[in-house]
Amino acid sequence: MFEDLSQKLELVFKKLRGQGKITEANIAESLREVRRVLLDADVNYKVVKQFIDDVQKRAVGQEVLQSITPGQLIVKIIYDELVKLMGTTHAEIMYATMPPTVIMVAGLQGSGKTTFCAKLANHLKSKGRYPILVAADVHRPAAIDQLEMLGKQIQVPVIAERGRAALQIAEGSIEQARKAARDVVIIDTAGRLHVDEEMMHEVEAIKSIVNPSEILFVVDSMTGQDAVNTAKAFHDRLDFNGVVLTKLDGDTRGGAALSIRAVVNKPIKFIGVGEKLDALEIFHPDRMATRILGMGDIVTFVEKAQSQFDAQKAQKIEEKLRKSEFTFEDFLDQLREIKKMGSIQQLMSMVPGLNKIPINASVDDKALVRVEAIIQSMTAEERRKPAIINGMRRRRIANGSGTSIQEVNKVLKQFGEMQKMMKTFSKGKMPKMFQGMRIPN
Amino acid sequence: MGFLDKFKLGRLKEGLAKTHESLFGKVQKILFGKTKIDDELIENLEEILIAGDVGVATAATIIENIRKRVKQDRYENPAELDGLLRDEIQKLLVNGSTSLNDPFTLPSNNKPHVVMIVGVNGVGKTTTIGKLAYNYKTAGKKVVIAAADTFRAAANEQLEIWARRAGVEIIRQAHGADPGAVAFDALKSAVAQNADLMIIDTAGRLHTKVNLMEELKKIKRVLQKIVADAPHEVLLVLDASTGQNAIQQVKHFTAAVGVTGLVLTKLDGTAKGGVVLGISNELNIPVKFIGVGEKIDDLQPFDRTAFVEALFEKQS
Repeated sequence: MFEDLSQKLELVFKKLRGQGKITEANIAESLREVRRVLLDADVNYKVVKQFIDDVQKRAVGQEVLQSITPGQLIVKIIYDELVKLMGTTHAEIMYATMPPTVIMVAGLQGSGKTTFCAKLANHLKSKGRYPILVAADVHRPAAIDQLEMLGKQIQVPVIAERGRAALQIAEGSIEQARKAARDVVIIDTAGRLHVDEEMMHEVEAIKSIVNPSEILFVVDSMTGQDAVNTAKAFHDRLDFNGVVLTKLDGDTRGGAALSIRAVVNKPIKFIGVGEKLDALEIFHPDRMATRILGMGDIVTFVEKAQSQFDAQKAQKIEEKLRKSEFTFEDFLDQLREIKKMGSIQQLMSMVPGLNKIPINASVDDKALVRVEAIIQSMTAEERRKPAIINGMRRRRIANGSGTSIQEVNKVLKQFGEMQKMMKTFSKGKMPKMFQGMRIPN
Repeated sequence: MGFLDKFKLGRLKEGLAKTHESLFGKVQKILFGKTKIDDELIENLEEILIAGDVGVATAATIIENIRKRVKQDRYENPAELDGLLRDEIQKLLVNGSTSLNDPFTLPSNNKPHVVMIVGVNGVGKTTTIGKLAYNYKTAGKKVVIAAADTFRAAANEQLEIWARRAGVEIIRQAHGADPGAVAFDALKSAVAQNADLMIIDTAGRLHTKVNLMEELKKIKRVLQKIVADAPHEVLLVLDASTGQNAIQQVKHFTAAVGVTGLVLTKLDGTAKGGVVLGISNELNIPVKFIGVGEKIDDLQPFDRTAFVEALFEKQS
């Protein structure tokens, strides 16, 4: 998501790394580049000014001049300042001492409130909570239908009362949640412009009537300089506790994240990273800063892999590997595990090094779907004993999966290679490429 | 004043007034009390442009041009900077081909004239379609809407409400249906009915999603099976509060389906939509319509003169 910013910063620091000593003049030049990068990333110009000033204060002087690797030190300073700007730790949802906890969601039109509400409900459900959704957007046509449909998808009840005012719906929802034994109430409000007096009054009134323990302000991560104005206006009216950044799965550099945090001093709690209802992540400022600087977000990656990959299954596969009976069935299992972890692009962006692959050369999730289709078109016997797959069977598999014989061949070949490699591993040998790298006695 | 009333220039000004106060109102402010055009003043101008989402590169272009003119023509009075700035901004904007006196006419050689609406999530595509349908219908055209956003929950229902408000026909299939199939059926029906205009709603998609952009190309190919030169127009809807990412959006959507014009929405907020200056300048794609409110008639043809005028309009 922040690849562009990282790439550009890297270029700037390459210049610095090449120089033995850092002078005040070349820091200034680098910082001018950083300024441009941040402005291009839609960070508010006032925030940029402050940021550059802070970095300059820390960079110019003994600290850097005495350092052995000045380039690294500047990267560190910029990293520290970025983390500082986005808040130093990540913040959790505030739960009420007496259930139900009421969470109110507000923001501009089209920022992604309704989708976020469903994602949040899904997230809380997976944490063992019992959420209920409240459709209080009575203005946008079919907004209530949308929330109802999303609720059905994640099997979370939705309070949808057509024909009533938003205020009444919100007011009644708490009692209904209590009766239904639900411990979290998520209220989806209508999108509104911060300059719309009447609508801002409405959302204020909802707040005072439901007394939420958490108000989340949802903002599109592609927002430009205006992000600070809207965030400030909503903050003045609602005093929200947290921000949600949506649509971060695109290529926006998301400078709004930095700006908003700096202007209203409220933490960013969640980020939306896809259209699927599980594409919600907790915001970690330190990781985001790491990511901005192109170091990759290895922590998120590992955590995600851990939560999604079933440990037992992994053990089974390992056993099979040892006995070298890895079949297409296991391969299919693995593919599905990978898919559960999110899109390949998303995963790639989190691994250091891989995030440098240009967007156009991106791996397509479709390829996985095709491989899956091919394996699914095999009979149980074929999956266990791929050796029996002859020409006729290949044609049948190709037809069955809607692919071509060439593609089937490719999958078979790749699978054969995988098997071979695993055999080598299981026999306790090192794979070929590592042989000959023996340590002399 | 005929066309001003007709297109509610007042409303545009009203909407843009906030823009003006927070952006170009500042121009007046920095000029106040200045007796000389100096570097500081010009740097301040640049900052104002950047604050308006114009972008570093485009702002630099504008400032460079102003510097040149100041030097060449020996402008000395800071009060003249305001005029120079307007002039330079207007120069960057490509004028849309839309006739201002009669914006909702259609080329007579296409029947139906096929318009595809694309954009990222949440920019206001469905609302824009409702407004477009209403305006063309009011202009006496027979309009058919194709509901090819089969992905987002309740998108069909939302569009149907707009179609009812506009009083036009909508062709839809079940949620999750193939959008290409919906477009195909709808166009067949539009041709059979001898409709003047067909507007296709597509699901919002981030321009970086390879599969979804392929899907968009497919919709276009499918349309061409019935009408060889369809779609005659591909409008990309942009949220006025979008920052520099808008340029990426325009590039990617243009590469996929050939964007012919922009619709700039939500201009009734404080956002400036300044990024269209860069888009117009760099990519030469005109803004065709602007959205200035949530009501069905809050859509206007884009007029660069009026647009810049409204930006600088003094608000009492």
